[in-house]
Formats: sequence, C-alpha cells, structure tokens
Amino acid sequence: MSDLTTGELDKVRAILKREPNETEVAIFTVMWSEHCSYKSSRIHLKTLPTKSPRVLVGPGENAGIIDIGDGWAIAFKIESHNHPSFIEPFQGAATGVGGILRDIFTMGARPIAVMDSLRFGPLDQARNRRILEGVVSGISHYGNCFGVPTVGGETIFESCYNGNPLVNVFALGSFKHDEIFFGRATGIGNPVIYVGAKTGRDGIHGASMASSEFDEESAGKRPNVQVGDPFMEKLLLEACLEAMKTGAIVGIQDMGAAGLTCSTCEMGSRAGTGVEIDLALVPQRATGMTPYEIMLSESQERMLIVADKGREDEVFAVFKKWGLDAVTIGAVTDDGMLRVRNHGEIVAEIPNRELADEAPLYDRPHNVAPYRPAPMAAPPLSFKDAEPSLLAILASSDVCSKRWIWQQYDYTVRTNTLAGPGGDAAIVRIKETDTSIAMSLDGNARYCALSPREGAKLIVAECCRNLSTVGALPVAATNNLNFGNPERPEIMAQLVETIAGIGEACRFFDTPITGGNVSLYNETLGEAIWPSPVMGIVGLMKTGMPMTIPFKNESRTVMLLGGFGSPDEIHFGGTQYAKVVLNKMWGLPPALDMEYEKRVQSAIREIVTGGHVESAHDLSDGGLAVALAECCAGGIGAAVEVPGGVLELFHEGPSRVLVSTATPEAVERIATDHQVEAVRIGVTMKEKLRIDHNSVTLVDLAVSRLHEARENALENQLKTHV
Amino acid sequence: MPPSSFDLVNWNFPMKIGVVVFPGSNCDHDAWYAFSHTLGQQAEFIWHDSPSLGQVDAVVLPGGFAYGDYLRCGAIAKFSPVMAAVRKFAAEGGPVLGICNGFQILVESGLLPGALLKNRGLKFVCREVTLRVETSGQLLRMPVAHGEGCYFAEDRTLDQLEAEGRVVLRYVDNPNGSLRDIAGICNEARNVMGMMPHPERADEALLGSTDGLVILKSLLASVVGQTLSPAGVSNE
Repeated sequence: MSDLTTGELDKVRAILKREPNETEVAIFTVMWSEHCSYKSSRIHLKTLPTKSPRVLVGPGENAGIIDIGDGWAIAFKIESHNHPSFIEPFQGAATGVGGILRDIFTMGARPIAVMDSLRFGPLDQARNRRILEGVVSGISHYGNCFGVPTVGGETIFESCYNGNPLVNVFALGSFKHDEIFFGRATGIGNPVIYVGAKTGRDGIHGASMASSEFDEESAGKRPNVQVGDPFMEKLLLEACLEAMKTGAIVGIQDMGAAGLTCSTCEMGSRAGTGVEIDLALVPQRATGMTPYEIMLSESQERMLIVADKGREDEVFAVFKKWGLDAVTIGAVTDDGMLRVRNHGEIVAEIPNRELADEAPLYDRPHNVAPYRPAPMAAPPLSFKDAEPSLLAILASSDVCSKRWIWQQYDYTVRTNTLAGPGGDAAIVRIKETDTSIAMSLDGNARYCALSPREGAKLIVAECCRNLSTVGALPVAATNNLNFGNPERPEIMAQLVETIAGIGEACRFFDTPITGGNVSLYNETLGEAIWPSPVMGIVGLMKTGMPMTIPFKNESRTVMLLGGFGSPDEIHFGGTQYAKVVLNKMWGLPPALDMEYEKRVQSAIREIVTGGHVESAHDLSDGGLAVALAECCAGGIGAAVEVPGGVLELFHEGPSRVLVSTATPEAVERIATDHQVEAVRIGVTMKEKLRIDHNSVTLVDLAVSRLHEARENALENQLKTHV
Repeated sequence: MPPSSFDLVNWNFPMKIGVVVFPGSNCDHDAWYAFSHTLGQQAEFIWHDSPSLGQVDAVVLPGGFAYGDYLRCGAIAKFSPVMAAVRKFAAEGGPVLGICNGFQILVESGLLPGALLKNRGLKFVCREVTLRVETSGQLLRMPVAHGEGCYFAEDRTLDQLEAEGRVVLRYVDNPNGSLRDIAGICNEARNVMGMMPHPERADEALLGSTDGLVILKSLLASVVGQTLSPAGVSNE
C-alpha cells in the first residue's frame, strides 16, 4: 500500500492544524494517491492543449465535452483499469467498463460507444492467455448487458506486459447542450443524496493499489478489486437520465476511485462549498462497517446527487421506479468542510478544497535520457523473402484479425454503428442529427520505447489519419498515459517526453485534449512496461455510407496517396517486420513530417467525401504489404509494382493511404491541390495479390491464403497452447 | 374490418405497436425506432409492471437482459405483470414478436416450446448471419448478438415443429449450435413468434442490411389477418 510520505503527513497536519485521526489519514491517502491526484504528472499535463471553439468542457470534469452542432454535444474519455485486471482479469476489466460509462452518464450523456485498448504479454504463456480471455469476457459481460456497443479498439502483445497487462477503456456519449450536468455541490442547504447499489467492503484501497508496483504478494490484493453488476449500472443509467429531466438535480457525480470520499470532496471543492454527511444513513450491504471502510469502499454502480431542497421527492420517485436506493445522507454547507459523521458523531473533518485540489505536486527528476530497451544502431540484417514474411506478419498476434475478441462484444446494439470493429476508424451516427462520430484508439509502445516523443507524435498522427481515411475531421482527443514508476528518473523522462510529443502533435492537428487518465507504477518485480500512451481521437463527419477497407471491384486503379516514402534501416527497427521476422528492435520509430501528414489527411478527406474512391485504408503496422493484404479481405485482389524490396514493402512510414478508384485523375488532381504524391501502383483483379519489383515477383498469393493467415491466427494461438 | 388481400403500401393509418420495456431491456429503443421511424407506425413503450397492454395492435418483446438474467435468461421476466397481459393478448390471437431476450422470455413463459441454452462455443457471439425463411426459401442477412441462443428441444418437439411448419427461420451458418439450425419459431396459432437474430438492427441500408424489414413487416401483416410468418411479404 502506498501510504502518505512523512512530508505529505506534515502537510496534512498543517491543513488540519492538528493530528489527523485514522479515518482522515485514510481519506488523505486515497485522495492524494497517484491515481486520484496525478501528483507526479500534473505539472506536465498542464502543458497540453485543451481548448478549441468546439470544446465545451475540458479536463477536470468527469469527461470532456465537444460541440458537434445542431445543439448536440458528445462527452468522451478514456480510463485505465490495469492493476485490477492483472489481479482479477474478468472483474477488473468489467468494472473498468462500468467506471468509464458512469463518467459519461454522470455528465448527462447517454453512452453510445465503447472502445478498448488492450496490452498483454505474449500468448505462449498460459497466464497471459488466461488474462486475455478473462479481460475480454469481462468487457463482453459488462458492455453487452449494459447495452452499449463496443465498436473498436486494439490489442497488442509485448513481453513487457507479462506482469502488467493494460486495459484502457474509452467511452463516448451523446446529449443536447442543455442536458449537461456537472459534479458540483451548489446551493447551501441542498440535500446530498446517495443513489444506486449498496456499499460493501469491496474495492477498499483500490485507488492506492493502482498507485503502487506489484510484487509476489499481489495476488493477495484480490479483495481490493471491485465486483461489477452491469444490470445495476443499466438501471442507474436510466434512473439518472430520467431524474435529470425532472430539473430537481443541481449536481451529480459517480462514485469511482476512492468512492464516497472522492465524490463528496470533489463536488464540494468544485462548488466552493462544504459537504456534511452521516455514514449511518449510507445504504450498506455488509454489517458492522467502520467509517473508514464506508468512506473508502469502491463498491460499483453508485452515484452522489445534490438536489434542489424541497424537490427530493421527484428524485426519489424516479429511483423508486427503477428499484434503486436513493437516500438523503447529508447536506451542502457554507463552510467548505467535508464533515463526516457516524450516528451524529464527527469522524472526519477536512477542508474540501485542500483535500481535492491541494494534493502534493511533484516535479520528479527527469533530467536523464529516457530508458531505451534497444540499441540505436541496426544489427547486421539479413532480410527474408517477402512472401513468407508477409504471411508470418499477417498471422502474428499484433497484426492478425482480432475477430475472436470483438465478436464477443455486441457492436450493433442501439442501431447506430455504421462502421464497427476491424476498420480504420469506428463510426457511430447520432440519429437526431446528420452528424456521425468517427473514433480511433491507438498506441504503439514499440515506437515510444525507441523515442517517446516521436512515438507519441506518430500515434496522434495515426489516429487523425484513421479518422481522415473514413472522411472525418479530427476535432478532439483523450489520452491514457501508461508508464512505470515515476520515481525513477529514466521512467519519468519517458513520461515527460511523451507528454511533450502529444502536446506538440495535438496542437498541430488541432485536436485538444479534453481529459484523460494517467496510470503509473506499471511495474512488476522491478520491470517497467514500455512507455505506453494510448490516444483516443474523435472526428466529425456527415452521416452516410461508410468508407471501408476492402477493394470492391476488379480493374480499378490502386493508388498510394502520400507516396512510397523514403525508408532506411535506422527507422526500420520498430516495425512489425523487425519484430516478427527478424525478432529484433533497434533505432528509431518511422520519421514523421507533420506538415506533409496534415496535407495527406486533408487530401484523403476531400477524396473520400467527394466519392472519388471505392476503398481506402491507411498504412500502419506492417507497412504497404500488410495494408495491401488487408485490402484483399473482400475477395478482390490486386497486381501492383513497387520500387524496391523488403524495406519498401514493410517500412511503416506514416502519411500514406491506399485507395482503389475508377477515377484516378480525380484523385491525382486533389493530391496535386494539396501538394502530396499520389502514385498509381497497380490494378485490382480477381482472387490474387501479386507484388512485383522490376519484373521480379515478390509476392504471388491467393486472396484466400491471405485471409486464412489473418483470420484464425489469434484463435489458433489461444487453442494450440491449451 | 381487415382487408381480405393485404397490401402494406395501401395501409394508410398507423398501427399501434407496443414495445415492452423490462428494466434491463436494451434493444427497446431500437425496436421502437424501426417501427416508428423506418416503418412509420405508432410505436409506444409498455413498462414491465403494467398489468395491461392498453390498446395495441401487436406486441414486441425486445432484446436485452430483462432483469439482469443472472439466473437464466427470461426466468424472472416470465413472472412480471406485463407478461400476464402478454399471455392474455396472445391467447386472444394478438400478434407477438419476441426478439433475442424476447424470444428467451417467450420460451420461459411457455408461449413457445423449447429452451435457449448457452451458445455451443460458450461465448457471446455478435456477427451478421444468413437466415432462410422456411416457407419461401428467401435468404435474409441480419445480426445476432447473444450469449444464450442455442435453441434446444427434445426430438419429439422438434419433429412436431417441423411437421406443423412452425420453424419459421433457420440459420444457413449456425452461430450458436441451435438444434436443426433453428433461428425462429412460432406457436400453433401462428400469432406468437420468437427469434434470436435482430431484424430491428437490419432496417436501413446505412446499417448494412434492410432484410430485417421482411420480419418487421410480417408482424404488421399479421395484424390485418395474415399469419405471423415472413412468407409472402416482400421487402420492396
């Protein structure tokens, strides 16, 4: 357990002007934990861009909010549940989904989409397979029952995640501007109402568990993991949205990390008020709970509401209809204090603002080079033939189809999903408007391990390119920063460099960060994960038939927008080819020219929205060769000519999109307008993918063969090792 | 008086479709949207503790997890007040369509025979499937999304269902291990139908298929005297 340091304890004494009691120490410990207070990252997070004319609500609330026009808005955010998912994969992941969903509907928005970014150790280890299966079942269990479509995500395998799987869940909701609610305890004398599930002993100290490293004793922390009830969450959702419509609610916040403690002091702090509650009134499912346990419980599916005095009954009526507890447990006061009573007796008394906002701020040392797990210079390279290399990469766990995973998620419920899992970006329409939301979730720790700053920029660029490839304009972002122990300067340096890269790229692509999450101490037995930032970026587009990846017809021109790039060995060491075929890692991530990238994105948006192409797919993992193979997924293949061998085929240079078109002149005209290359590289044809270089055939494979390699690879890896 | 030869195109006034809402229903709005928005009918919600259905022409039991379904899908829903009303409505010949969880509830309530077990693969499955309409041979594409959709009944019941032409829909590519590929069945009087796939998720080209309209329109057709079976209603 990460307890308060001596310095922090002194600060507590200074705030209280007395010795804290046991309950107060516990309250400070969770609120000032890394998980709740961002004490190691806050000074750096402040450098991120957070504003644009579309941003209605930026960081600091439960979720960021973006204006999408027509009086409508979207709320979205990403959050991690890494530590619980390692200890108890099913419940850890399930409650991760539950937690982020509450963050969305506590703002008044109805959740309409979820995406997951997952990281595991390699599947040849039984424990990693067990964690993967548990996490996927947990997400499936919770999201499906709740009734939110899980529309996309990504799953990556690296050995640095052996003892530290990452489960980052992104959720997005929609609502009208006048339906936005905030977590603020305003109105002196207003009742503070507890709603939802009863409080039990589960999850006590979850937040502080998430703020420490793992060791051999970690399995004993299973009781710290919460247990989720998606049916209860569904009831809570409907009841909250219905209660908000009564007009009797002035503020609302979910009880997530640090439970009742966090929701009371944050609501008071935001409003500049005090909150007084009596724990004897809190609905409890266990007997004999102490004030300490009630304040720190992380039991799921609970909310705290501040209602207009005298209108409580309107709130109670709605919750009664949905069969949920709703009890007044206290009131808003004018003295700025969090005053906790138990049967009338004061058990804790702490100023809200100091507790919520005055957590220690650390500028941890980072004046060293970020830790790099690989050499800069390329080892002697002996490239393998393109054809077997392509098949191997297609069947590798990072690149292969993740159908086995996403088929367990309901991705069509709510009938808004225009593009579900497996595409460049997911697309969900907003029925009440002509607008659809495109969203992309992406990370690449391999790139970030080689250069945190450049890797972070590449991730932002990739997300924006994903959105542009389906014709959407990227407008805002959320980020999840997963790192090791920030008290180690070489890890802190990774974090600082990554945030700098994200800031630079998000500023450049005009996608302000509206909120997010930091997960530190992802280390087991002293081994840290690679720097693993995950970006979730959303874009806006007019609702219409979605652009998809597969070639649609024979005899169409295949074009590479953005050109072949200029590959070299130093920028090749982070590619899937280096990982899968050579089993090596070195050098730098692919080189990114942000100006060029932006022009390519503008061009592809114009091309796609203008209807000039039949298919579009952006290049990423595995480069041109893998992108071509993925474009063959619909049964139509292609014959293409490339200007080189392995480097040209498999380098992962950004700023490139593969399209098929019946009107190549139109594509060329738009490319010229935007000053980007558009190369005619071949023609679509029946049933085969052939790649030639100078009349030497590098790849000649039946489309069905490519499909086989990709499609069942994950399932096979899970099965063959059983 | 229902017209003797049914023609949806000339059916001018909207029908009232009651969509039952259990606390854990999560496809209620989708069904409501398909009937009211896509098909231009008058759909309305009926709360689960309502002892009466009001004046409706047909009832839809939508998908979801009625009361959490932690025990067995539909096992608690069958005791709800609204199901007593649905039983009465069905007994009087009123058309009832159960989709996914709605099918599970109809089976648990004894309005349809058999049971829906955990999928053969033991995992939730969400994907598009191809269905064959047994009476016409027409093929329809629409999504399934369920964890317990494996249709099971003893051989005698299966034989009887087939002999009486009550297997309405079969999977061409069985996603869940359902016996004899059964995706949807109806009762003896042919006014109660249950199916695991989601026709309300295949009602617009934007969603990838409009084949679900064949099923939804057959419910409308049944209101005016035709049997509840997709056969004979074309998807124009």
